[in-house]
This record gives sequence, C-alpha cells and structure tokens, in this order.
Amino acid sequence: MPFISNYIQIRNNKVYKNGLLLFENSAVDFGTFAKNLYQQIGIVYPKFYKMDNLCQLAFLAAEIFLQENEEKNVGMIFCNYEGSLDTDLKYQQLIQDPNNFYPSPAVFVYTLPNICIGEISIRHDFKSESLFLLAKKYQTQYILPYTEYLISSKKSEKVLCGWLQMLGTNYAASLYLVESTGKIQHCESNIETIISTDNTNDYA
Amino acid sequence: MQGVAVTGMGIITSIGLSVEENYQSLLQKKSGISEASILKTFHANHIKIGEIKLENAQLAEILGIPEDNNFTRTSLLGTFAALKALRHAGINKINDMRTGLISATSVAGMDITELYFKEYFHNPSIRKYINSHHTGDCTRKIADYLGIRGLVSTISTACSSSANAIMLGALLIKNKILDRVIVGGTDALSKFTINGFNSLMILSDSDNTPFDQNRKGLNLGEGAAYLILESWEQVKATHKKVLAIITGYGNANDAYHQTASSSTGEGAFLAIQKSLEKAQLSPEDIDYVHVHGTATVNNDLSEGKALLRIFSKVPPFSATKSYTGHTLAAAGAIQAVYSILSLQMNVTFPTLNFNTKIKEFDLTPSTDVVNTNITHVLSNAFGFGGNCCSLIFSKC
Amino acid sequence: MTMLKEQLKQQIIEALNLVDVTTFDIQDDDPLFGDSLGLDSIDALELIVLLDKNYGIKLTDPQKGKEIFTSINTLADFVEKNKTK
Repeated sequence: MPFISNYIQIRNNKVYKNGLLLFENSAVDFGTFAKNLYQQIGIVYPKFYKMDNLCQLAFLAAEIFLQENEEKNVGMIFCNYEGSLDTDLKYQQLIQDPNNFYPSPAVFVYTLPNICIGEISIRHDFKSESLFLLAKKYQTQYILPYTEYLISSKKSEKVLCGWLQMLGTNYAASLYLVESTGKIQHCESNIETIISTDNTNDYA
Repeated sequence: MQGVAVTGMGIITSIGLSVEENYQSLLQKKSGISEASILKTFHANHIKIGEIKLENAQLAEILGIPEDNNFTRTSLLGTFAALKALRHAGINKINDMRTGLISATSVAGMDITELYFKEYFHNPSIRKYINSHHTGDCTRKIADYLGIRGLVSTISTACSSSANAIMLGALLIKNKILDRVIVGGTDALSKFTINGFNSLMILSDSDNTPFDQNRKGLNLGEGAAYLILESWEQVKATHKKVLAIITGYGNANDAYHQTASSSTGEGAFLAIQKSLEKAQLSPEDIDYVHVHGTATVNNDLSEGKALLRIFSKVPPFSATKSYTGHTLAAAGAIQAVYSILSLQMNVTFPTLNFNTKIKEFDLTPSTDVVNTNITHVLSNAFGFGGNCCSLIFSKC
Repeated sequence: MTMLKEQLKQQIIEALNLVDVTTFDIQDDDPLFGDSLGLDSIDALELIVLLDKNYGIKLTDPQKGKEIFTSINTLADFVEKNKTK
C-alpha cells in the first residue's frame, strides 16, 4: 500500500505544504503571484518566464515537492476542468482580427493542457508515464487505483497527482506525491480532502 | 488470457466513412489530402488538409440529431465513429455490464466557438455553443448519445491522446474496473489549429511526404476512431468475435522540449521499449510498424533514430498520415484501426508520396500493398509536451 | 542604425519574455542563439512574427532566419534593407 508523503495546496494567494502555510502574497493577478513565488523558491530557471499560467502553476507546485527529490522515475497524473482555456483565449485574441493578425508560436505551444507535464519533465528529466485528464471534478475513483498500479507494477517509483485550476484570476493547485513510504494514507477521503478548496489542513 | 480483447471498431476520416471504405482507400492508394472546401481559412491557397467532405448538418442528419442542437464538428465525428464501433461489436444493451467511455480530443468545440467568439454578446441564439467548447462536453455528448451511464473521462495529451485512451481503457479492463470500454478520440479541423501549426512553420503546402529527405511538414487532418474493448469473461460469455488483442502499451516522456522531439528519440524509444516489455515480446517479434510519421523534419528524424535503437533490423513500416493527414488527438485511434486491419487481412499498407530516403539513415517505408503474415503490429503516437505512447496489437 | 539596434533589443526582450535582461546585456555582435540568452527554436519563430508585425517583413523560410538572427548586427542590417513599415 503506498502513502501520500507530501501535498501542496495553492489557493487564495497562499501556498501550503502539508497543511502548513509556506508562502503568501497579496498580488491580485496570477502572473505577479507566480513571479514572487518563483523568487521565493530561489531557483534559477529563465525558461519559467516563457511558460503560460497553467504551466507556471504546475511547475511551481511541483518544484516545492521536488527540491529534495532524487528519484527519476516519477509518474504524473494531472486533472483539470478548463484544459488550457486560459491560454486558448489569449491565442484566439491574436487570430480574431483579420487586420491585426499575428498568431504567436510561443503562445500556441501552450494551448494544450499536458504541456505542463512536459515542462516538469524537462526540468527534472522525468521520462516516465504521464496522463492528463479533463473532468468537472477530480476523478479520484480511478486516479487512485491507477496510481497504485503504477507503483505496484514498478512503472513508477513515485507518482505526482493533482488538480490544477487556471482561468484568469481563478486559480488553485492541489498536488500530492504518492510513494511507498509516508505519513498519510492513500485513500479516497484523504485525496478528496487535499483536493477540496474549502480547507487546507485536515487529513486523516 | 494475456492482453485485452478488441471486439469492435468504428472510424471516419478523409479516406472513408467506414472501416471498409478506409481499408479500400488504403489498398488503392487513394489519398484524402485536398484543398480546404468546408473549412473557411485564410490559408486555403497554400496548405493542404485531410478534410472530411461532409458538412456538420449532414453529419447531424445521419446521426438523427435534431436541427436545434449544440453539437460541434468534433462531437459529431466522435459520435459517428463511436456508434459504428458499437454496432460493429453487436452491442445493443449498452449498460448490461459495467461500460465506460474514454474519449480523447484536443480541438473539442473550438471549431464552432472560434466562429462565434465575438458574436455571443449580440446573438443569443448561438450562446448554446458556449458549453460545447469544453473537451469534457464533447465526451459527454458521445456518452449521452450512446446512453453510457458508467465511467466517462476525457484525455487531452495532444497527438498521443487517443493512444493513451486505448492504453487507459486496457488498464481499466485488466484491473477489472470495467467489463467493457469504448476508447478512442476525435478532432475536427479548425482555424485555431491551422494558424497555430502555421506559426510553428511545420505545415506543408503540398501532400505530406513522411520519412522522405525532402519532407516539408505535415498536413492537418480531421477524423475519429473508437475501439470496443471487453473483458475475456464477457467475450467467452457472449461468444464475441475478437478482432485483435492489445498485448502491449507504453507511455514515456521525452523530457526535451514543449513541441520538438529529442535528436535521439528518447521518449519514443522508451515508449516502444515499455510496450514490448508489457507484451513480453522482443523487437524481432514485431512484423509491422505504424509510425507516427507526421512528415515534419523533426519527427521523422527523431522517430527513425528511435526505431534504429530498438530494432537491429527495422521491420516494414508505414506512415498512414500520408493518406489522412495528421488528425491530432484522433491519430492514435485511427492508426489502431489500421493496425487491426493489417492483422486481420495480413497486409501492410503503402506510405504515399515517398521518393528519397532521409540521408541520416537507411530507412525506407513500405510503398506498396504487401500480403504477408502479420502477428504483431507496433503503433506509435507522439504528442507535444513530450508525451509518447506506443501500442502493440496482436493476432488473436 | 544605433536607434534601430536599441529598438530591436527592446522588442526582443519584450517579445521573448526575457525577464532580468536589459538592452545593456545584449551586445551587438554577440550570437543571439548562443548560450547567453538561452533562446530556442520557438523563439526563432517568434522573431519571425516580430519582423512581420513591427517591420512588415514576411519571412517564409525558417532556415533563412538562422543567418538573419545571428546577431543584432545582422538582424538590424536585414531589417534596414527590407522593412516596409
């Protein structure tokens, strides 16, 4: 039986690790919040600034987990509702007006939700199995068995799972790391608690 | 029994509105690449696409969907192919066992919402399409049309999406979470994707030439394909005919760039390797490869390198995007149907428009229809974000 | 030409999201696609859009871009000779 070793929640301008407040910033727009968090984390990775909002959100949340991580075989299962809509809208604006028509390749490459998995993979050299699901709510009922299958079959040593919300000023991330050791039981109720945006520090 | 049984398939592409039509087009070297006529785009004069020559209204009529609907082209194509798959598998009572749907798309409702983006404010009649934009709505439309009440989900991992859907479906059956699952994907052509790929300068103004030294890029296409997967218990209980077995699957990340593939084809290599391990096969056991073969300078070079790393002798391989164009999220499932056809009919399909080998290595795709015994087929689907998926289909 | 070169540096910094880079950091004859700025293939395509948007120059062959984008000097030279805006 694997365990949840750590979890990160980003919501309401605050970042929590395992239920404890790690960082907060009152910036109204996500871009400024993300830049401040990036500086707080203290890494030097200029490619960060090219990423779109969804990628920055996923990247930063994952980076907090992975700073002490040495394992290379880390699978990823992410889920969200909007897909890459935040960037899709930006891109659509660039091709909307025939008199001001400049489709941007740098924006277009982010019009897919799974690019955030790609960015985390590039950063940490993860070549393992990954999946991006689109649904109204986090699909715990089979992300849980899929995660356990990845670990029990040794396809992955650890699995990073989570829910990523990003549309305009409405953003939230709930990521949790599943591995063979940890303090939190990997079960539906704990996952639901971590994912829920109603609270930030209760778990069984 | 090893692997997961495939009991039905359905497809719609620019080379046919049925499995049979697609098969005949493949045999007759009949390409679906043409100039845009249904999609209205600025680029109509300098790109070629794999367009299905049916208007949305015609698709809706075939499906018996009332005129006042909010189906988008992607949902229409998906519903069309999924329904065909169910009929092919002889399924009448969809919920008589635990049945799910895993559908993949990248365009979703974009084909309609991009047209009406600015009009919603002053035209209430088109606001019904706002909810259709969402990838999940596309899947829900298909699920509702078919009456599926079980597990439904949507995968969106770019060009590997429907291959991943097939892989996830196989896992759900193997782990006894479902008894039956419809898996595949759908994508329609849209101005959003045409302009996007054009800004990346990887669209060709002529018919795509996969694995050719002078390849200029891809042709975008549209289409949908679905497989019906069933548990062995169900197959035995219903004496269902098994078309093929999914024996191998593997997913890996290239971890190199958001959209380009690494020069060593690392992600592709790992995905293929994993699928072989899953299938408990050696490279020599593979009789035929359906390459991702988009005809971009980058993909074909990278994929070729991966093939040479896996196979000491690369088996015959084909790039059917030379017929259909690159159907994005639907590509993996469309290739799955073609792979199963090769197994059933013991035939390898031609790659169209090939002239000159890529100078970096000695790889020539199949250019003719060849009748030969095929037991195991490898099919590749590599997406942006480094997401690589390989599937192995085996004869029953 | 100096004004044009300054302008190009500013436009590149903005278009490519080069945070923490100022025009002083970009030397006129430094390779743009060397290690210092960390530019990649998507940045090259973005520069092609920049040429069109700001100077009305349409480049259809990405391979030609490699020569033109060698440095600020080569870029400014090319823009001066070909701009339509």
